[in-house]
Amino acid sequence: MIDYTIQQIINALSAGSLYALMAVGLAMVFGILRLINFAHGDLMMIAAYIAVFSLGAGLSVAAALPLIVLGTVIVGLLMERVAYRPIRGAPDVAMLLTSFAVGQILQNGTLLVTRLAGKPTLIAFPSPDILNGVVNIGTLTIPKVNIASFFAGVILLGLLSLFVTRTTLGLSMRAAAEDLPAARLMGIKVDRVVATAFAIGAGLAAVAGFLYAVQAGQINPYMGFTPVLKAFIAAVIGGFGSIAGAVLGGYVLGFLEVLVTALAGIGDLLPAGSVPPEVKSFLQQWLPSGLASWRDAVVFVVLILVLLVRPQGILGRRSREDEL
Amino acid sequence: MIDWRRWAGPGVVILAAAAGLAMLEVSGQAFWQGLAINLAIFSILTVSLNLTSGFTGVFSLGQIGFMALGAYMSAILTLPLPEKAAYLPNLPSWLAGVHLDQRIGDVPVGFLVATVIAAVVVSGIAWLVGRVLMRLSGHFVAVATLGFLVIVRVVLFNADDFTRGSRTFSNVTPYTNLWWSWAWVLLVVYVVWRIKRSPYGRDMFVQRDDRSAAQAVGIRVMEPRLLAFVVGAFFSAVAGSLYAHFITSFSPTVFYFDLTFRVITMLVIGGMGSVSGSMLGAILIVGLTEALRRVEDATLLYGLSQIILAVIFIVVITVRREGLLGQREVPLDRLFMRRERAPATAPPEPPPPT
Repeated sequence: MIDYTIQQIINALSAGSLYALMAVGLAMVFGILRLINFAHGDLMMIAAYIAVFSLGAGLSVAAALPLIVLGTVIVGLLMERVAYRPIRGAPDVAMLLTSFAVGQILQNGTLLVTRLAGKPTLIAFPSPDILNGVVNIGTLTIPKVNIASFFAGVILLGLLSLFVTRTTLGLSMRAAAEDLPAARLMGIKVDRVVATAFAIGAGLAAVAGFLYAVQAGQINPYMGFTPVLKAFIAAVIGGFGSIAGAVLGGYVLGFLEVLVTALAGIGDLLPAGSVPPEVKSFLQQWLPSGLASWRDAVVFVVLILVLLVRPQGILGRRSREDEL
Repeated sequence: MIDWRRWAGPGVVILAAAAGLAMLEVSGQAFWQGLAINLAIFSILTVSLNLTSGFTGVFSLGQIGFMALGAYMSAILTLPLPEKAAYLPNLPSWLAGVHLDQRIGDVPVGFLVATVIAAVVVSGIAWLVGRVLMRLSGHFVAVATLGFLVIVRVVLFNADDFTRGSRTFSNVTPYTNLWWSWAWVLLVVYVVWRIKRSPYGRDMFVQRDDRSAAQAVGIRVMEPRLLAFVVGAFFSAVAGSLYAHFITSFSPTVFYFDLTFRVITMLVIGGMGSVSGSMLGAILIVGLTEALRRVEDATLLYGLSQIILAVIFIVVITVRREGLLGQREVPLDRLFMRRERAPATAPPEPPPPT
């Protein structure tokens, strides 16, 4: 039972790291522009495709990784320059819808390119050996990719926190998120700050996309949709627009999902006699093993509850603007 | 006393449309008939989304969820008993015996009843959901309703006994034809048009444009939003029922984000707040999609049509955010009135009496 719990905690930390890496990108852009960038998930997808092509060309992970990050950052910057800059300051919903259109372009563009390259829509991901297999620690068996996800999350988010607290550009970014007009009056170059936010977000999404693809084992042009929804939920739970909130929300969401999956069928897992039979039948009735397939629904119910009860999230500050 | 001049314009258009449908029916051109039904279904979706989102500014991404519920409910209700026993053996007994496949003469009355039942039940769900979600605004409501769409999808995938889960739901009787689909278009256009010209409609627009000012002069916000949400859900469910009995086999994957985005494109291009604009947007995009699909088939560049539609969408939203018609209407009811009362475009709505 202890082993099972520790195993699940590790799963939660690994999933949470990926969500946090994604959510941070969303939150940085939202903080400055009030844009919910749904095409952010498609940056993950782009990263996975660059990975397939570069690993397929025989590059090692160490050589491919900079290429993946660089390629994704370029796509992220292009997206900002071509699609989002012209509508900066438009109503929230117009920007949101534009990001859906950008996502459609990236997805179908990828589809088009893979078709032209003679590849199928669904591609098996050539996971590098270094991330395949498991590590045995005592009685625990942990997939290597989960360990890599956890450390990637901690290290990159640590670097990000140094960046936003210790560098001028990082401070300007926080200033712009705080109050855009005032920041502009203070001489902060908003275009540069926005581009930086997109670039950092894309870089983090690239790493997350690579690890996500290793975990999933296969990729397709639409793979970014569910992760970006999850990342969005994470950002809302933590407090939208706040970087720390996005990180916190990512881990909360990771634990929440693992909790739903782990509690599903818990009644059947408990050894006979360890709990009174009434408790066991209660658990079997209310937490059936089929609950796991309802995980996404449960997560969204939580999202809606957060929006209603505490729309500013765990760390956010209250704004009257978004309520009735 | 009926003002004949007022009804002459719409009457002429309806008669012309009916004549066109009759010719299409007689011609037996299956491709064009299918396209016309498709257009009708998308028109219903776009006009109802316009009511829900364009009129009120409460942007809902959950509409296709209501459509999916309408499609599945009505299909379960109309399924004949032998098919029902074979395909949905685990239906609860109160539903297993229902088979709304009756006809009176040539008219499939059961289909009509099933569609209305499904739409009413979906409206009830929309009322419950809307009571909670209409309190939100801006992109938060968009995301919460997107959450609703995801939840509906998870439910459809998991409610095997009712929906066959991820397997295809097939053997639905193809009841939907030109007349059914376009009769519903007529009804939705009439209802939404009337709502736009009613005090409720004015409340919707006013609270959209300036909520604080509207509340300050005592205009309610929740009620008009909820009305728009529920009526929009009703007609979305109708569109779902028409769709189910048109393509006759479908699975939960159909009712997801691609369809949502296509309807939104029609709405935004036509103009949020304009019923005529929604019809125009639906016609343009359905036609364009069909033309592009042929280009795709010819060039094998699959994905191209979606890219072009998305680019058009971005250009419209950047350059002409109010869409082609904005909030204006094609004033059919003034077509045959005297000239000085028939400006080329309707004047902006006067502020509501306070």
